[in-house]
Amino acid sequence: MSLDSASKPARFTFHPLDAYRRKPTQYALLPFRFMRIGPSRFVLVNEVGEFIFLDEGTFGAFAFKALSAEHPAYLDLKAKHFLADDTSSPLLDVLATKYRTKKSFLRGFTKLHLFVVTLRCDHSCHYCQVSRQSEDRAAFDMKPSTARKAVDLMLKTPAEAITMEFQGGEPLLNFELIKFMVEYSEARNQDLSRRIDRVITTNLSKATPDILEYCRGHKIGLSTSLDGPEWLHNANRPRPGNDSYSRVIENIALVRSIVGPGSVDALMTTTRRSLMHVRDIVDEYVARGFRSIFLRSISPYGFAVKTRGKTGYLTDEFLEFYREGLSYILELNCRGIEMTEIYAKILLTKILTPFPASFTDLQSPAGLGIGAVVYNYDGDVYASDEARMLAEMNDKTFRLGNVHDDTYDTIFRSEKLRSIVAASVNESLPGCSDCAYQLYCGADPVFHHATQGDMMGHRPTSEFCRKNMAIINELLRYIDSGDNDVMRIFWGWVYNRRLAEEEAACPVK
Amino acid sequence: MSGEVIRRHTYGDARWSGDAVIGIASLSSHAGDSEHIRVIRASGEPASEKLEGYAALLTDLDLDGHEGLGRVASGLPTIHRAHHVEHINEGDILRLDFKKGFVRSLYRVGSPHNSIFATDRCNSNCLMCSQPPKDVDDSEMVAEHLRLISLIPPTTESLGISGGEPTLLGADLFRIIAACKGHLPLTRLHMLSNGRRFADREYAAGLTQVSHPDLMVGIPLYSDVASHHDFVVQAHGAFDQTMIGFHNLARYGVRIEVRIVVHKQTYERLPGLAEFIYRNLPFVEHIAFMGLEMMGYTKTNLKTLWMDPVDYQDTLERAVSGLALRGMNVSIYNHQLCLLRRRLWRFARKSISDFKNVYLETCQDCTVLEECGGLFKSGEQIHSQHIHALSAADLAKS
Repeated sequence: MSLDSASKPARFTFHPLDAYRRKPTQYALLPFRFMRIGPSRFVLVNEVGEFIFLDEGTFGAFAFKALSAEHPAYLDLKAKHFLADDTSSPLLDVLATKYRTKKSFLRGFTKLHLFVVTLRCDHSCHYCQVSRQSEDRAAFDMKPSTARKAVDLMLKTPAEAITMEFQGGEPLLNFELIKFMVEYSEARNQDLSRRIDRVITTNLSKATPDILEYCRGHKIGLSTSLDGPEWLHNANRPRPGNDSYSRVIENIALVRSIVGPGSVDALMTTTRRSLMHVRDIVDEYVARGFRSIFLRSISPYGFAVKTRGKTGYLTDEFLEFYREGLSYILELNCRGIEMTEIYAKILLTKILTPFPASFTDLQSPAGLGIGAVVYNYDGDVYASDEARMLAEMNDKTFRLGNVHDDTYDTIFRSEKLRSIVAASVNESLPGCSDCAYQLYCGADPVFHHATQGDMMGHRPTSEFCRKNMAIINELLRYIDSGDNDVMRIFWGWVYNRRLAEEEAACPVK
Repeated sequence: MSGEVIRRHTYGDARWSGDAVIGIASLSSHAGDSEHIRVIRASGEPASEKLEGYAALLTDLDLDGHEGLGRVASGLPTIHRAHHVEHINEGDILRLDFKKGFVRSLYRVGSPHNSIFATDRCNSNCLMCSQPPKDVDDSEMVAEHLRLISLIPPTTESLGISGGEPTLLGADLFRIIAACKGHLPLTRLHMLSNGRRFADREYAAGLTQVSHPDLMVGIPLYSDVASHHDFVVQAHGAFDQTMIGFHNLARYGVRIEVRIVVHKQTYERLPGLAEFIYRNLPFVEHIAFMGLEMMGYTKTNLKTLWMDPVDYQDTLERAVSGLALRGMNVSIYNHQLCLLRRRLWRFARKSISDFKNVYLETCQDCTVLEECGGLFKSGEQIHSQHIHALSAADLAKS
C-alpha cells in the first residue's frame, strides 16, 4: 500500500459519501454462528465473540445476500465483522489480535494449583464428594515429603502468576503442613520471583486467632462455605453439635477483623432443600456483608451420587432456581444493594468484552491440567478437583501421575493430558462446533465421562449443555432488552465497579 | 472574560531582508544575547537603548521617525510599526519573518496549549479541518523546530506536536521528538496524527526507538465503517491504514488517544463507533469527543457538517456512557455545558486553547460559567441557538 500516492489531494474539492462507498453488488458472509432466541429474533456470534441481535426478516435478507447497503444493520454487520464487501477492510491483523486476546487465558499454562492437605473433616455434608470423618492422620493427611514435591512441581510451571489453593477435607485440621508449604514456597520463590497468591478453602470451624494472624502475616485469603440461612446451612452441612452455621458466621467476622475486611469469600452449593429458597439464600449473603454470591449447582460426584435422593435435582429445577436468583439479585442492585452473581459475571465477561475469562469448564480448551491442577493428599495428581472426586469413586481416568513417581514432563506433557484436553476443544466437539454460544461456553470432559461415559459427550442429552445454554440465553435476553439499569449492573460486575462510583465523579453538583 | 481576540501573531514592516529569526522575547534590557529578541513597546518605558547582542528587534514604534532608536537599531534585524505587541510576554518565543513582516508567537509562557506545527502538509483533507493543509515544500522547517525546542524552558509541563500531518516529515519527526526528549525531558508530549503513516510497521517502530518517556499520540477515528471514515477525511483507504496504525503503535507500547469530531456526518454511528473502539482498540488510553471549530474547511463545508449539538445528545450520550461503562477513559471537548445533557457533564473538559476561548454575552449570568469550557472564538458567529445562562434553579431541577 502506497501512502504517498494519496498525499496530494486536490484541495478544496470535496467528494460525496458515495465516492467512498462502492455499490456492493454482492457481499460475502464472514464466519459466524447463530441461534433463535425469540419467536422472530436471532443472535449471531462471530469467531471473536462479537454478537448482534437481528429480527428474522433482516437476518433472512442478510443470509440470502439481499440486505441493502443503506440498511443500518448492514453497517453494523460490517463494523462487527459479519460481512465483507468491496470496501471492507482487510484487517486480518486486527482480527488475529482479537482472537489471540480472547484465547489469552492459555498464556502461562497452569496457574491454579490445588493442594489437598488432608481428607479429614469435622463436617459430614450430604453433597460432599470426598471427605472422611476419621482421626487417622497417617492415612488421610498429606505428608511433608509429598508436599515438598508438589510445590517443586508447581514451581516448574511457566506461569508468572500462580495461585496456591489449600483444601481438603478441612485443611485447617492440617495447618502445620500449610505453614510448611507456605514457607517452603516463599523460600524457593526468592530466586524465581513469581507472583504467588495463596488461599485456604475452609469451613472455618477450626479457625483460631493464631491461624488467622498467620494468614494475615503471609497474605493468605480465605474461602468458606455458606449455603444460606441457618436452618438450610445446618441441614446441608451437618457436624457434631449441629452448629456449623453459628461457627462459620462467627468466624467470618473474626477473619474480617484479623485478616482484613475483604479477605474472605463464600461459596454456596445448591441442594434439593435450597431450590425453593433462593431469595433467602441471597438475603443471607447480603446480611453477612458479602458483595458476591456464586449460585452453584451440585456436582454429580462422590457422595452426591449416593445421596441423590436428599441432594439431587433436575437441571431444569436448578435453572428455575438460578433465573429467580439472578432476577432477585438484579432487583437488589436496582435498589442500591450491591451483589454480584459470579457465574453471570464470568459469562458476561466473555460475552460483552474483547477479553477472556478464565474458568476451568467455561473455556476451550478446558483448564484441565493446563489451567488448574490438583495434588491429592497421597501425591496423586489430577486434572481437576472433580477428577479427584471421581477417583474417590474408583475411576482414575483423569489421574495424571504421582509427585513421587513422575516428573513435570511425564505429567504435563503426557499423552493422557493431551487426549483429555483434546476432548475439551469445543470448536471441534459434536454439537458445539456449530453452536452460537461456542465462544461463550466451554467443555467439561470430566463431567461427560462421569455422566455419559464419554469425555466428548452427547450434547442433546448433556446436563452441562442444557444448563449453560439456558443461562447464556437468559443473559442474552437481558442484554437484548436494552434495559439501561441492567446493563449498568452487568458492566459493574464485569469491571468490579461499585454502583455509586459513576455518579460520584460529576464535578458540578 | 472579554470577547477580545488575543492575537498570536502580528504584522509590521521589516527593516531587514535576511532570513527569519527565532528568539526569546525580552521586554526589558537586561537579557541581551543572541537567544533574545528585544521587544520595545511604545507604551513601555522610554527607550534609551543599547541593542548590541540581541538577535533582533520588534517594536510598534515607527523607527523612521525615532531618531535615537532608529540609529541604534541599524544593522539589527528589525520589524517595526507592528500592529500589536501587547500580547507578547517576557519569555515568549517569537519568529520574525522579514519577508512578510510577519511575527508569530511560537511559544507562550504559562500557556498549557503550546504546540509545534510540524508541517503544513497533509495526506488527508478532512471536511472539517480547522487548519487546511498547504501543499508546500516545508522541509526547511525542521531546523526551525529544533531551534525552537532548544529555546523552550525545560520547566514546560506539556507541549503539542501538530500540523498538518507530522508524520509526513518522515524520520525528521523522530529527530524533533528526540530533541524534545533531550532538551525537555520532563515535558509531556502530545502529538496529533491521522495515524496512517504508522500502517508502516517499521515507521511505527522508529517512533518507539526514540523512547520518549512521556509521549501520547492522538489519532482521529470518525466511524466504525471504512467508507464513512474515508469520506470524512476525504481519502480512500485511510480507515484501513489508521486501524493498522493503531495496532502497530499499540504493539510497540505507544500510548494512544482517539479523537472524534462530532458533526452531521459522524453523529449517527457514534454508539457503534464506541463499541467498535472498545472491541478493536481496547488498549487506547483516552477517547475524546470534540465539537466543531468554525475555522478553515468547516466554514466551507458548513452545510454538510453543522448540526446543533442539542440534536445529537442522544447518540453522544449512548457513545460516551457506553465507553465509560466499559471502563474506558472518556472526555467531551469543546461543548458548552448548557447544551450537554446533565449526565454528560462529568465528562466535559475545558479544552479550548486560552487564546481561542470566549463566552457569549448571555453566558455572563451563568452559574456554571467557571466550569464551562465556553466557545471557540470562531464560534461567536455560528453556534447553537440553545446556548443560555443556567440559573441556580436550573441546576436544582436537573
